[in-house]
Amino acid sequence: MPELPIIDEAKCDLCGLCVSICTCGALQMKDNKLKIVKVDECGWCTMCELVCPTGAISCPFEIVIEDDKK
Amino acid sequence: MEINLDSLKSIPYFTGLSESALAAVNSYVFEKKAVRGDILVFEGEPAEALYFVSAGVVKVFKTSADGKEQILRIIRPGDTFNDVPALGGVNLASAAAMSVAVLHGIKKKDLETLSREYPQVALNVIKVLSLRVQEMIALVEDLSFRHVNGRVAKILLEYAGNGERPRLTQQEMAAMIGTAREMVGRSFRNLEAEGAIKIERNRIIIADYAALKKIAGITE
Repeated sequence: MPELPIIDEAKCDLCGLCVSICTCGALQMKDNKLKIVKVDECGWCTMCELVCPTGAISCPFEIVIEDDKK
Repeated sequence: MEINLDSLKSIPYFTGLSESALAAVNSYVFEKKAVRGDILVFEGEPAEALYFVSAGVVKVFKTSADGKEQILRIIRPGDTFNDVPALGGVNLASAAAMSVAVLHGIKKKDLETLSREYPQVALNVIKVLSLRVQEMIALVEDLSFRHVNGRVAKILLEYAGNGERPRLTQQEMAAMIGTAREMVGRSFRNLEAEGAIKIERNRIIIADYAALKKIAGITE
């Protein structure tokens, strides 16, 4: 399974902005909770993180050096 | 809760101490656990303790009146935070866990007791404070003289690793280099266009190390 944005349920106020901006339709409100329903669709555009007014979504990047460039 | 003496010995405050002195230090140590987002220290509140990170990652930051965050330091295992206020005054910045974290701490009054009993601890305190001043000067230099692309390049070089370095969001990078999140995104695109990095989903790959160093203004 690909890595997914981190959702902090305690901070999420279910405003739905992230769902409306998610271009790949990976996010959905389900059972009064924000869920990533299409895990393979998330392209890490980070728009959900950008629009979240409460900072409930994090899209951290791993930084690596290309093998032959070390 | 005490920690093992080898871990304690690796903390800059307690290097060079005898086994018996380390055991005495250990009797003052307490443990604290946190999850991502937990605030560990509040800016402006009276300082209670010196903390060292045993596992996880902690950010030390200041917040402006309009809510803008400036990250001063990222603390990794083996490093300490709340150093300056633990020796006098109020907390100069806030600290929050960036991941699940295990911290150990020593109360301010106990650190004073240890500094009096063991001169090596006092000497180590001076060395740590000297290092903190150097770090702050480096931060001022970055904010004053380095272009945003250069600052982003420097962060990428500093945090590049293979799993052992903390992962960073664009917001966290922006807060570290004193700019807006959008500027970090723009810098990513610039650095990618120059061939210095490649972005593959949640991975930033340094494709041209030498070019990125040049953009960061690192000459050595």
